[in-house]
Amino acid sequence: MPPEKEEIAVRTRRFGSPGMFFNALLPLAGMLLALLIGAVMLLILKVNPLTAYAEMVGGALGSVSGITQTLVKATPLLLVGLGICIAFRASVINIGGEGQIIVGALAATWFPLTFRMWPGWLLVPSTLLVGFAAGAAWGFIPGILKARLKVNEILTTVMMNAIALQLMNLLIRSVLMDPAGITAGTYLAQSERLPEQSWLTRLVPQTLLHTGTLIAVALAVIVYIFLWRTTIGYRIRAVGLNPDAARFSGINVPFNQALSLTLAGGFAGIAGAVEVLGVQHRLLEGITSGYGFSGIVAALFGGLHPLGTIPAALLFGGLLVGGDKMQRAVQVPNSLIDAILGLVVLFVVGSALWSRRWAARRQMAAAKNQKELG
Amino acid sequence: MAHGVPTNEKQQIQRVEMCNITKCFPGVLANDRVCFDVNQGEVHALLGENGAGKSTLMRQLYGLYRPDEGEILINGRPYTFNSPADAIEVGIGMIHQHFMLVPTMTVAENVALGLKSSREPMLDLDKVSARIRELSQLYGSIIDPSAYVWQLSVGEQQRVEIIKALYRGASLIILDEPTAVLTPQEVNDLFVTLKRMVKDGHTLIFISHKLHEVMAISNRVTVLRDGCLIGTRLTSEVTRNELVKMMVGRDVRQLNPQPLKSGPVRLEIQGLQAMGDRGTEALRGINLQIHGGEIVGLAGVSGNGQRELAECLAGVRKTNHGTILMDSVDISFMPLKQRIDSGLAYIPEERMRDGAVREFSVQENVFLHDHASPKYTHGIFLDFARMRVFASELVKNFNVKTPGLDTPIKNLSGGNIQKLIMARELSRQPKVLIAAQPTRGVDIGATEYIHQRLLQQREEGIAIFLISEDLDEICVLSDRIAVLYEGRIMGIVERNEATVEQIGLMMAGISMTEAMQR
Ligand SMILES: Nc1ncnc2c1ncn2[C@@H]1O[C@H](COP(=O)(O)OP(=O)(O)OP(=O)(O)O)[C@@H](O)[C@H]1O
Ligand SMILES: [Mg+2]
Repeated sequence: MPPEKEEIAVRTRRFGSPGMFFNALLPLAGMLLALLIGAVMLLILKVNPLTAYAEMVGGALGSVSGITQTLVKATPLLLVGLGICIAFRASVINIGGEGQIIVGALAATWFPLTFRMWPGWLLVPSTLLVGFAAGAAWGFIPGILKARLKVNEILTTVMMNAIALQLMNLLIRSVLMDPAGITAGTYLAQSERLPEQSWLTRLVPQTLLHTGTLIAVALAVIVYIFLWRTTIGYRIRAVGLNPDAARFSGINVPFNQALSLTLAGGFAGIAGAVEVLGVQHRLLEGITSGYGFSGIVAALFGGLHPLGTIPAALLFGGLLVGGDKMQRAVQVPNSLIDAILGLVVLFVVGSALWSRRWAARRQMAAAKNQKELG
Repeated sequence: MAHGVPTNEKQQIQRVEMCNITKCFPGVLANDRVCFDVNQGEVHALLGENGAGKSTLMRQLYGLYRPDEGEILINGRPYTFNSPADAIEVGIGMIHQHFMLVPTMTVAENVALGLKSSREPMLDLDKVSARIRELSQLYGSIIDPSAYVWQLSVGEQQRVEIIKALYRGASLIILDEPTAVLTPQEVNDLFVTLKRMVKDGHTLIFISHKLHEVMAISNRVTVLRDGCLIGTRLTSEVTRNELVKMMVGRDVRQLNPQPLKSGPVRLEIQGLQAMGDRGTEALRGINLQIHGGEIVGLAGVSGNGQRELAECLAGVRKTNHGTILMDSVDISFMPLKQRIDSGLAYIPEERMRDGAVREFSVQENVFLHDHASPKYTHGIFLDFARMRVFASELVKNFNVKTPGLDTPIKNLSGGNIQKLIMARELSRQPKVLIAAQPTRGVDIGATEYIHQRLLQQREEGIAIFLISEDLDEICVLSDRIAVLYEGRIMGIVERNEATVEQIGLMMAGISMTEAMQR
């Protein structure tokens, strides 16, 4: 079970006790164990694991450029993950992140190119909104199909991914193709560069770090408030936990399922827009970098909690950057990096479950002591 | 050790002793040094108010929880159960308060679930089916092993649970409130089965809130209160009143509602027709009026359309024909939400499934309907402070036992969840209240309280439609009693106009005129 409000309260209450220390150590221990197994695999490939891991950690955290790259990668992961939190809380499985990112990116490319005369303060927010709307529309279609016709959303979201991908392939080679590439005769599959005032501000000079990261963190707080403090969020959670009871209390179950999928699409759409406006400044093939899938893992890792997804996205961002550096430095196959990432997920999630059980035990013992004293 | 064919070589359980069992949950001491024993061939009843710790005690015997302290001795030897598998191995079975069957699987598949097949890795469902037939015949109830569980009635599902336990070779069977979900007829059938099982040397532990059942079937009774043992008595040497006193710690009053002058018609049903779940005609033209300040009881053997009628009124089942008027407004085409908003309250029969979200906290469950009401919101934001005040008042008034308002309700005892849902619906001050089985699964004290609250609502001018399988409850509370048979109302009688026997005749399909002459 994901951490609910109450568990969080319990966690904060325990802050400062020895249990807290233990809890923070456990995921680290899980991670170390995963890296240990990874080390064995590296040894089999005749690579010194110490050098490899030094490259990995150094790559992700060892320099300003590494840290900023980690943050840049964590941003779309977080944005997609936020949408996943909403959808999964309503028990709606959204596998359509990839497609939703793509349409968000498409819209965020088309819009500034069309309204290139607009000033930046107007163009940037409206482009983000347009990206949200495009992703939301891409989530709405499977949503409404589920609500009205009970079509399985896993199936439809996956199909929408394929449609979005081909749509991008088509547009990027026709109406959106860079005119410069056409005149030069290179015909590169990419769009024109966006007008400069539409770019997201760079936070650290000479790096890719942009304001999108701050936007994502702010959105995480908003999603948290949305899910736990508003009537709509309450309904979404009720629908996810017990659709029968929700229906009997007058909550429109299909509507809320469709809504959650639409919102999830919207957040992935923002992720696409942020990638275009903040990092690439144009639309390229492969703009999603698989964030639509790894965002799901980040959200699950964060306990389907918007705030928990922040550190989870950071961790995965770091692993992506570090893994990349390590691969280039010690020349190991890409699949090995994926395997190590997978191991980390497995062990850290496992240790989180274990620590939760421990926490329950300790609490029980405490209750008993209290009773005996009182 | 698991097996495709039940083994009889298992050692017989002669005597089980639970000594000084203590069990804590966060914020609750569920069992406090409880001693309990049961001997072979006996029916030992376990009584106690909601949250007294009955289920917890039994779950420890079944290996679901491990006692914090205390010992479990079987035939004098101490045992530690790490899981139900260990308990099953020594011959202990348990039928849970809420069934644990997989609805999309057949009876045979459910029974075989988790057992080794005799011809691994293939299933041996034929063998299993044959044994199920044998067992079900032996204990007087025919169950088709190839039927899907979702097709079975609640009573039949319970049979499957019992057969499942017997199939696993259980000689001691724990029944946790087995009768709470049964109709009176089904209870009789169950008792016949249970008696036959005892005659064959099985041992039973029986939990119930209904004293007459305990008196009818048990040899000994143990009473728990607030996690503590109050005492163990021979059933033949104790009276109902003594048991009530042991459970509640005081006498429970007998209600005797006075007739009221009823107001205008608040709920009117005209020619209502609807289909049942299996595509048969469940309601064949229901006509009924309920006045403000009146309780109309709906009596009938379950399965004659009660559930369908309640669901049609609530707006969660499609009606084929007929109209429903509330305060002269046609609500037949309103969706549930709109009906609730215009003053209908509905207490569903399957409250665990339809009335509560298990993972939600106590407070969140209180606001399942009203979370969007302007009283508890600022715009789209929930006003937790005001919700808290109201929720804690409700919990206090209805005496819901819970460690706190933020506890997920899945950690409450079964009866306390029921109480919470009742509290929520009764506090909504509706115009019309439809209460289906309002006291199912709640203890004597809470039953008394819920009855009082129903009568109080009646005095406030609310029209109450009481659907219950408990004929005593109907006869005590109702101003008028309507008898439902095969989707039709056989007749409506004033309270005291007909005897229980006459109502019983009408429930069996005998016309009102004929029944009243007997
Ligand atoms: N898994 C659990 N976690 C936390 N508390 C629990 C848990 N199970 C039971 N409790 C608490 O222990 C107490 C005893 O519960 P139990 O289910 O044994 O009551 P019961 O006698 O079976 O009541 P009922 O008649 O309502 O079924 C209750 O206060 C309940 O809230
Ligand atoms: Mg119980």
